[in-house]
Amino acid sequence: MLYARPGTLEEAVRLLADTRGSAFAMAGGSDLLVRMKGGNVEPDLVVDIKAIAGLGEIKQTGDGFLIGAAVPCVAMGEAAALKTAWPGVVEAASLIGSRQIQGRCTIAGNLCNASPAADSVPALVAAAAKVVVAGPKGRRTIAVEDVPVGPGKTSLARGEIVEAILLDKRPQRSGDAYLRFIPRSEMDIAVVGAGVSLTLDANGRIESARVALGAVAPTVLLVTEAAKAIVGTKLDAAALEALAGACSAACRPIDDKRGTVEFRKQVAGVLAKRAAGIAYERAGAK
Amino acid sequence: MSGIAVSTTINGDAVEFLCQAEETLLDVLRDRLGLTGAKEGCGTGDCGACSVIVDGRLVCACLVLGAEAEGSSIETIEGMADGDKLHPLQEKFLEHAALQCGVCTPGFLMAAKDLLTRNPDPTEEEIRFGLAGNLCRCTGYDKIVRAVQDAARVMKGA
Repeated sequence: MLYARPGTLEEAVRLLADTRGSAFAMAGGSDLLVRMKGGNVEPDLVVDIKAIAGLGEIKQTGDGFLIGAAVPCVAMGEAAALKTAWPGVVEAASLIGSRQIQGRCTIAGNLCNASPAADSVPALVAAAAKVVVAGPKGRRTIAVEDVPVGPGKTSLARGEIVEAILLDKRPQRSGDAYLRFIPRSEMDIAVVGAGVSLTLDANGRIESARVALGAVAPTVLLVTEAAKAIVGTKLDAAALEALAGACSAACRPIDDKRGTVEFRKQVAGVLAKRAAGIAYERAGAK
Repeated sequence: MSGIAVSTTINGDAVEFLCQAEETLLDVLRDRLGLTGAKEGCGTGDCGACSVIVDGRLVCACLVLGAEAEGSSIETIEGMADGDKLHPLQEKFLEHAALQCGVCTPGFLMAAKDLLTRNPDPTEEEIRFGLAGNLCRCTGYDKIVRAVQDAARVMKGA
């Protein structure tokens, strides 16, 4: 195996594109190194992206926030403006692993690892986050939900790497939240995860919403029916029930030791209701 | 022997080493530099026995490549005491018998040190969540939590 630590994105892309055999971009390495040790991958080349200028920064721009692909999740929790604008995204990122893992893991890595149970991804999908992808043919910007295509698989082409994740500037009266179910109190993989982001009109009615579910399908699901169920409402009991029903109906979960199909479907609805409640409160409090 | 040349600072001392690309920082610390305080428990970032602080961030040394340490500043358990004078956390772990077999202890001490640096006055809940990345199969955690609480009191100068 070769290890490279390029200083520019162009060099990183060239290295990844030109290597014969298997080449992996590494941000925090908290998934990649575990996969390497488990013998699941045998890279010929690992390209460490942490020395690339700008990739370790969170930038606040006129359009919102740009989170570099090498920003450790712990740094998102320390970014006050980001936390104020997107508390649900930051909470989701903060749920990944222990303090030790937080110092290394990144949301770009969480996304590209393409686990259906990734904690930050439902929150990012609910937030309508975008992903800047750099590759041999230049840059492109895609929706976050278009990156994972199945467990462990992404839509990125050879030589392409995620450069940054973009979050829009928040309109007035907006809030987001992410909740997950785990059987323990900490340090576990989501059995179900639910992210909700919404914006209210001046009368406190939900003007727009996005609802995303994790760990209930091969990829994180954007559930448009669930969003439709609450748009135009003040999140009354009937709207919440419709939201839960739409979420449960959208699930296509597996049965495994961590949760049965029935359990995951039901919990998806319950978590979506609770996350919507938190997002609604946050939107109203602004 | 060929390898990647890495220059780093460990516990305040300039250290240079050669390592292979696959080698983790934990392998380098233990097998090349003789710093065997950090332990390999799981090797997958679950147990925290290899906790060290790299550039101010608590990490599992088993999930860092040795080559990544280039230019970084690393704190390990070997740098915790000031000569013969133990760190308050070390004192309190002894006093409260917050260890039995001791394999997890260096990791707990580094994680507790990092926790108290960021939060000098943590609640019991904050301590338990803050140390959730460190597993102990002997103590049941209670004595560890008491030791960290007591150390926090001492370090605040109470």
